[in-house]
Amino acid sequence: MKRYSMSRKDRKNLVRILVALALFFAIFITDKVIVLGDVFKGPAAWVFPFCLYLVVYLIIGYDVLWRAVRNIARGQIFDENFLMCVATLGAFALAVYRGATGQEIEGFDEACAVLLFYQVGEWFQSYATGKSRKSIAGLMDIRPDYANLVKEDGSVERVDPSDVKVGDIILVNPGEKVPLDGVVVKGSSTLDTKALTGESLPREVTEGSEIVSGSVDLTSQLTVRVEKEFYDSTVSKILELVENAADQKSKAENFITKFAKYYTPIVCGVALLLAVVPGLVTTDWSTWIYRALSFLVVSCPCALVISIPLSFFAGIGAASKYGILVKGSNYLEKFNAANIFVFDKTGTLTKGNFAIAKIAPENDAEEILRLAAIAEHDSNHPIAKSIVARYGRQTESGYTLTDIAGSGVVAEKEGDVILCGNEKLMTKYGVAYTKEAGIGTVVYVARNGEFAGSLLIADEVKPETKQVIGELNAMECKTIMLTGDNEAIAKNVADEIGLTGHKASLLPQNKVEEVEKLLAHKKQKDVLCFVGDGINDAPVLMRSDIGIAMGGAGSDAAIEASDIVLMQDDLRGISLAKRIARKTMAIVFQNIVFSIAVKAAILILSAAGIANMWLAVFGDVGVAVIAILNAMRVNTNYQKRRAAPRGEVLRGEI
Amino acid sequence: MKKVYKLEDLDCANCAAKMERAINKIEGVNAASVSFMAQRLSVEADETRFDEIMDKVVKTCKKVEPDCRIVR
Repeated sequence: MKRYSMSRKDRKNLVRILVALALFFAIFITDKVIVLGDVFKGPAAWVFPFCLYLVVYLIIGYDVLWRAVRNIARGQIFDENFLMCVATLGAFALAVYRGATGQEIEGFDEACAVLLFYQVGEWFQSYATGKSRKSIAGLMDIRPDYANLVKEDGSVERVDPSDVKVGDIILVNPGEKVPLDGVVVKGSSTLDTKALTGESLPREVTEGSEIVSGSVDLTSQLTVRVEKEFYDSTVSKILELVENAADQKSKAENFITKFAKYYTPIVCGVALLLAVVPGLVTTDWSTWIYRALSFLVVSCPCALVISIPLSFFAGIGAASKYGILVKGSNYLEKFNAANIFVFDKTGTLTKGNFAIAKIAPENDAEEILRLAAIAEHDSNHPIAKSIVARYGRQTESGYTLTDIAGSGVVAEKEGDVILCGNEKLMTKYGVAYTKEAGIGTVVYVARNGEFAGSLLIADEVKPETKQVIGELNAMECKTIMLTGDNEAIAKNVADEIGLTGHKASLLPQNKVEEVEKLLAHKKQKDVLCFVGDGINDAPVLMRSDIGIAMGGAGSDAAIEASDIVLMQDDLRGISLAKRIARKTMAIVFQNIVFSIAVKAAILILSAAGIANMWLAVFGDVGVAVIAILNAMRVNTNYQKRRAAPRGEVLRGEI
Repeated sequence: MKKVYKLEDLDCANCAAKMERAINKIEGVNAASVSFMAQRLSVEADETRFDEIMDKVVKTCKKVEPDCRIVR
C-alpha cells in the first residue's frame, strides 16, 4: 500500500499546532522559572503573562472562536466549538479576575493548554479518519479509466468504459486494468486479481477464458469481447457496494449518536447548575465556576461519536483486503452474532465439479464411458459435462438425442439405441440393471436393451470445508447443509464434514421454504446466515438474516442479493470474516465502555474538585486518541493466524 | 428516488449525526443518511419534488455545519 500522505489541511494544522506548542512551552517554562507575573510590579502585573498566553491562545484557537461565533449566530448552541470557547474563555476570565483582585496569578496556562490539546485531538481525529478513508479508497483503485475500443476499420480508440457496448471488441495491454467483463478471443496472459479477491497468485487466462473487470493484465496483450456493459460489470457492482457500505449504520453507531444527542445538553445543564447553586450557597464563585468549566471541557461528544464508525470502517476495510466485501456496518455487527450457518451443498461445501468416482464393471469402463459421452455430449448439465470431459475425445456423431425429463437421455442412430440415465429410465425401458450402492449420483448406461454398466459421479468436498465447519462448530454455531441429494448421500457428506445438521432431497425452490422454516423456529437473538455460491439462490440470500455469496467475482446478481460477498471461492473467508467481525465488535464495545466510563469518572472528580481542567482535557482528547488508536487495531493482519493448509502465499503488505 | 452526494469538509462526527437528524426532519425527505467516514450523504425523497427538497437539504446543511459543502 502506498504510504498515506497527509491532506493539505492536516499539514497546515500540524504546523500551527507545533508552533503553538513550542511557544506555549517556552512561555510555560519561563513562567515556572522566573514567574512572569512578577516581572512587572503593581496591580496590573497579570497583564504581561495574560498577553503572552493570549497570543498562543489566538494562534491555536482563532478558528474555534470564529466558528463558535458564527454557529451561535445560526442558532447552533451546543456546538463543540462553543463549548470549548466558553470553557477556555471562562478560564481566562477567572484568571483575569484573580489577577485583578490581587490573588495569586495563575490559570492562563490552563486555558491555553485546554484549547491546545483540544486542537491536538482534533488534528489526530482528522488524520486517523483520513488514513482509514485512504485504505478503503485503495479499493477504489480498481476503477478503470478507459477502454481501448477496436473499431470496425481496425483502428483502436481510447474511450470511456461506459461507452462500450456488449459484443464490442477491446484490447487490454500489459499493465492496464480490464475495464469490462468479457471473454478472451485472442491472446493469453496472466491476470492479477488481487485487488478484487485478495488472492495474490496471478491467474492464467487464454482464449475462451472469462475475465473480470478490475483485474490487471500482467504479461501480454489480450483481445476481449465485451460481455457486460460497464454499469453491469463486476467492477461497478463492487464499487457501488463499497461506496454504499457506510450508509447502513449499526446499532452501536445509532446508540452512540443518540447518546451524544442527550449527553451534551445534560452535561451543560449540570455545569450551569454546578456554577450557580453551590455558588449561591457558598458564595465561593470562582471555585464552582472553575469546576463547571471543567465540566464543559468533558462535555464534547465527538470522541465518542467518532470512534464507533471508525472501528466499523476499519473492520470493513480489513475484510476487504481479504476479498471479503461487507455491505455495511450493521452486517458486520449482525455477523458477529451469527450462530446458524446454512450452506448450499453444491459449489459451496463441495467443488461442484462432479468428478467420476467409479465405473462399474471396471473391465468395460472405456466402452461405458464412450456410450455415455455420446448420449450426454450435447447437455449443459454439470454431470453430463463431467462425463464428456472424462471421455476427452470426439464422440461419434449422427445420433438423435431425446431428453427424458427427470430420467435421462435416449440416443438413437439407425436402430442403435443408447440409454443413459437414472434408475427410472432403466425401469421404464425394462432394462435389468445392477444397482450401484456407492454415495453420489449414479448414471446407468444400456445399449439396445442390454445393461452396459454404471457411472458413479461424486461431488468432491472442498479441501478447506472440514476445517471451516470445525471452526464454526467450535464457535458453537449450528451448521446445516441444504442439498438436492437423497438422505443417504446427504448424511454421508454431512458426517464426513462434521455438520450439525442437513436437509436432503430439496428441489431448488424448496431451499427458500426450508430457510423460512429455520427462520421461523429460531430464537429471537439467533442470527441465520445463508452461504451459497450465488447461482440460483438470490431469493434465499435475500431472505436470510445475512446472505453470503461465494466466488462473487463474476456473479453480479449474487453481489446484489447478498450482504457479504466472498470474492474468492474459498470457505475460509467465512471464519476469517467471523474473526474480523468479532474483533471489530469487541473494540466497539471497549470504546463505548471506556469512553463513557472515563468521561463519567472525570465528571464526578471535577464536580468534587479533585480533577482540574488538565485532567478534563485528557477526558476529552485523551479518550478520543485512545479510542481511535484502539479502533485502528481492527485493521491488523488476520492472515497470520489463518491456518494455511495449501502452503498459501501470505500477503506481505498489510 | 434515492441519490447520493459527496460531502466536502465534513469535519466532525457529531456534526454528521446532527446533520442527518436535521435532514431527516425536512418535509418530503423519506430517508437520509450522512456517513462521516465515507463523507457521503444519501437522500431518499419524492422524485417530482426532488430538486426543491434538495435545496432545503443544502440550506439545512449550511445551517448545521457551515463548513461542509454538498457537491451536487
